[in-house]
Amino acid sequence: MTSFPWLSLIVFSPLIGAVLCLLVKAESSRLVALGFTVGNFLLSLPLWWLFDSSTANMQFVERASWISSPPVNYSLGLDGISFPLVLMTTFLMPFCVTVSWTAIEKRVQLFMSMLLVMEAAMVGVFVALDFVLFYVFWEVMLIPMYLLIGVWGGPNRLYAAIKFFLYTLAGSLLLLVAILALYFHGGHTFDILELSRGTYGASLQMWLFLAFFAAFAVKVPMFPFHTWLPDAHVEAPTAGSVILASVLLKMGTYGFLRFTLPMLPDATVAFTKPMIALSIVAIIYGAYMALAQSDIKKLIAYSSVSHMGFVTLGIFVLNIQGIEGAVMQMVNHGITTGGLFLCVGIVYERTHSRQILDNTGLAGPMPRYAIFLMIFALSSLGLPGTNSFVGEFLVLAGTFVWSQFATAFAALGVILAAAYMLWLMQRVVFGTPAPAHRAHLLDLNARETATLVPLIVLVFVLGIFPNPLLTRMHASVTNLLNGQKAPAYATVPQPTTLPNKTATVAAIAPSSSDQAAAR
Amino acid sequence: MMYALIPLLPLFSFLIVGIGEQWIKDRAHLVAVPAMVGSFLLSLLALHDVATGQSINVTLYTWLTSGNLDIHIGISIDRLTAVMLILVTTVSTLVHIYTIGYMHGEPGYARFFAYIALFTFSMLMLVMADNLLQLFVFWEAVGLCSYLLIGHWYERPSACAAATKAFLVNRVGDFGFILGLFLVWYSFGSLDYATIFAQAGQLAAKTTNLLGPFGGTWDVSVMTMICLLLFTGAVGKSAQVPLHVWLPDAMEGPTPISALIHAATMVTAGVFMVARLAPLYNLSPTAMTVVALVGAITMMLGATIALTQTDIKRVVAYSTMSQLGYMVMACGLGAYGAGMYHLLTHGAFKALLFLGCGSVIIALHHEQDMRRMGGLKDTLPVTYWTFLVGSLALAGFPLTAGFFSKDDLLVSSWSAGPLGQVLTICGLLTAGLTAFYSFRLVFVTFWGASRVDPHHASHVHEPSTTMTAPLMVLAVLSIVAGYLGIPAFLEPVFHGEGAAGHHEGSAAYTIMALATLMGLTGIGAAYYLYVLNPGLPDRLAQQWRAAYELSLHKWYIDEAYDRSLVRPTLAAAQGLWKHVDVAIIDGAVNGVARAIAWGGWLIRLTQSGQTQHYALGMTLGAVVILTVYLLL
Repeated sequence: MTSFPWLSLIVFSPLIGAVLCLLVKAESSRLVALGFTVGNFLLSLPLWWLFDSSTANMQFVERASWISSPPVNYSLGLDGISFPLVLMTTFLMPFCVTVSWTAIEKRVQLFMSMLLVMEAAMVGVFVALDFVLFYVFWEVMLIPMYLLIGVWGGPNRLYAAIKFFLYTLAGSLLLLVAILALYFHGGHTFDILELSRGTYGASLQMWLFLAFFAAFAVKVPMFPFHTWLPDAHVEAPTAGSVILASVLLKMGTYGFLRFTLPMLPDATVAFTKPMIALSIVAIIYGAYMALAQSDIKKLIAYSSVSHMGFVTLGIFVLNIQGIEGAVMQMVNHGITTGGLFLCVGIVYERTHSRQILDNTGLAGPMPRYAIFLMIFALSSLGLPGTNSFVGEFLVLAGTFVWSQFATAFAALGVILAAAYMLWLMQRVVFGTPAPAHRAHLLDLNARETATLVPLIVLVFVLGIFPNPLLTRMHASVTNLLNGQKAPAYATVPQPTTLPNKTATVAAIAPSSSDQAAAR
Repeated sequence: MMYALIPLLPLFSFLIVGIGEQWIKDRAHLVAVPAMVGSFLLSLLALHDVATGQSINVTLYTWLTSGNLDIHIGISIDRLTAVMLILVTTVSTLVHIYTIGYMHGEPGYARFFAYIALFTFSMLMLVMADNLLQLFVFWEAVGLCSYLLIGHWYERPSACAAATKAFLVNRVGDFGFILGLFLVWYSFGSLDYATIFAQAGQLAAKTTNLLGPFGGTWDVSVMTMICLLLFTGAVGKSAQVPLHVWLPDAMEGPTPISALIHAATMVTAGVFMVARLAPLYNLSPTAMTVVALVGAITMMLGATIALTQTDIKRVVAYSTMSQLGYMVMACGLGAYGAGMYHLLTHGAFKALLFLGCGSVIIALHHEQDMRRMGGLKDTLPVTYWTFLVGSLALAGFPLTAGFFSKDDLLVSSWSAGPLGQVLTICGLLTAGLTAFYSFRLVFVTFWGASRVDPHHASHVHEPSTTMTAPLMVLAVLSIVAGYLGIPAFLEPVFHGEGAAGHHEGSAAYTIMALATLMGLTGIGAAYYLYVLNPGLPDRLAQQWRAAYELSLHKWYIDEAYDRSLVRPTLAAAQGLWKHVDVAIIDGAVNGVARAIAWGGWLIRLTQSGQTQHYALGMTLGAVVILTVYLLL
């Protein structure tokens, strides 16, 4: 295990950039932000090769005492579940900067600075292994996001920003209560891994589950806690939408995987049915909502509800295909929906409208743009060969083991996805342009092309060669399901016999554990 | 490993032409055509290898692993695959060459080549798959290519709508397919053909309780479920009733694509899939019966609609639907070999007919309505003669390829029991209709007086050699394919698996005679109606108004779908959004916010900051407490 502080550098270097952005002129702040986001991506890239996919233990661990009483540690680490999300986050941030290059004209320094603060907090959430540290990052995310929507947003930005802020804050407060409850019942520690190894009474688990659910379900967002999302997306500037859709939504599902499943296994099993029911409702309901929209951003926002339904579905079927599919789907949704929002932002700069009817017939005047948009749309509807298919396929396969009927309902979402996406394409890409906008419809410039091409490449790379990424998840996901013991710090030797607190998760999905055992 | 180039050459062609579209422009064929020819030659080599008893299996890479899911992408060639390779590469090569002339000068010239190369790649990977998931991946990929190519002229609203419709209808079929695929994986623990086929026998008797989750009991054979779910996919892809509605609309695409995708290759994927999975279908008589019936219904429905259509391409499209019905029916009756045989000959003559339509359409400056054609046999001789050969083959005229394969199909069907005999009679009747509409097309388009728009009439001429040469090659194939011994070549694949295959002597000759008779009657009737008495069809249409309208409006199936599915779905989406999402759910969220604000306002009233208010409150409180205290 390397002692080089990779994770601290990835978390904190954007903060240096954030401060720098405030000190320089608007022009230079763009360059500073670009430099730091690209630099941070390059910094996180070596992890792909350094990551040891044979172990479920935390890697690149850093620990230091932060507060001695109560014992709060500065503790970071990465496993097969957080690793793809960290890379996805650092990968996407440079494009949030480039897409805002000309779109953001006021208070550029502050905007760029907020993007970088956002990056630090988001990566922090994924790598934190101490509950207090986690909660700090979790709450810090709210502030820059609130500002991104509230300062640089559309006409109704204040309503949307306050709705987003209060809604998520309400959930977060219950998360704080749950953290404190765990502290007192779990041996007076905030260490996430230690808490994961503890056992908790059945009724306590139920209450904690509901508290976690409140926090995470709002973030995902799960039906019926999703109505902040369309408002926030529509009002947010493009970069804000991308961050929101690609990364912030993943915080909720990541929370389920990191806390709910390992810490509250009995409650998880008890709540499986309602959680799966909510997920399937989200898949179908979100798709129906998307069909009804005339605003492109709202349509994509509702499609996110549908796609995130697949993620929660995969998590709560509690087998290896489901969870690996869910993690895949988290990454894929980040890339694909991020790409779609970038595309919408790019055309918005030209027509200043997000209405479908104002943005028709783009294939003629903007052929390159049309191809890129089409690729993201096809990925979004889960076409095989693109990234999303792999995630959805695995989730559905996992669901099939759990219930064949549930799978049939969930798979309906795939038909509906084709319906709303292709209908959108039929109106936006095909046809003839609205005469009023024709003159403004110039094809992508070099900056915009450079913004979209890397995402396009990833759409295909993950669709055609998903196995390298899946391989890096196997150990962690198997461990999450099988032994039900939390991942350990690689550097700290663990007692060999841990109390096997429950085998229930494995018991309800017998074939999945068989499969895992067979590997 | 060399055989990996069979699909990879078209893939490279797609990548080069697709990415370099702006640069390559009208030189696209210089890359695309040689790549296809190479692929075709390698396919011939593969055919030779397979014929001499070698089997070809190459694993390219591991696609994904998760638990016991372990999916490889690879190529595997046996006799069944080899003949499909030949069909796909032959038709594709000819269509590539034809496209040079047909799309000449079009702005989307390079894009078109890129898409047909991608399509060919996908179709080749589909037929060479050695597991169901790879089949499914490329199954969807050919659907995508179809979508892109139907929407090639994207400024036409009808083309865009047709593209969307094709993809969506196929998605509905694929919904069933993927559930079937999961059931295979769940039941066998694998998606590899070899493993599935080896274990199929053990699973034959297994049942599953479909109503289990609802407390009921309805035991259904797992094998039947698997076969029917997978067949749903084939119903979509091979344009069977009730998912056939996309195929005729797909004629919005440029004609070469109609020949390649919507006649000779993509639509055959469903038939191919059923034949490929014959070891599974053979274990489920129920599923087989359903397959046979769906095929027969499609066969008859397609033929009745083709009788009255006036768009030249739509007549051919409905005939494709009808012929696919024949093939599916044969597979359902266990006559996989006969179904595949008809698939191959049909591939040749249907590609020929479509490309012939393309020549006519180009010659008439994109006119597709038969009512504005006529008398073209003198101005377009090559097109006429080749089209005639194709029509004869389609009509099952003796000694053409279509004659042999249709005869083989009907005879095999007859020997498959009572159901087979009923369906054979349907098949014979449909053969009469087929001959009738094929020759209606020939007579109305090429014979009689010219009804061509006078603007174009003077300069109607035969298209360039790049277009006529493929026609001639296909015309030769439409005859020769009947003499190549295809049934014998395919025999080992389905050996001992089908109930059919052993032709009973006397019945076979009777059916051959009847089929020939039906064909000749159909041609004769068309001659009588459209050449001898050209006014008669209109009078008949008046007399049989209801039947004519039913056929002309495609049995009103599109209208029924629009009213029962499309509009209600959109209305439900709008209703759910306005009345549930905005009014109830978001209303509740905003309601909570308002309630809190209102509560705050209420409490704020008490905080007026004026001492006398507080004094009043104190006094009132004291009075209340005192009252309560005294009363109790």
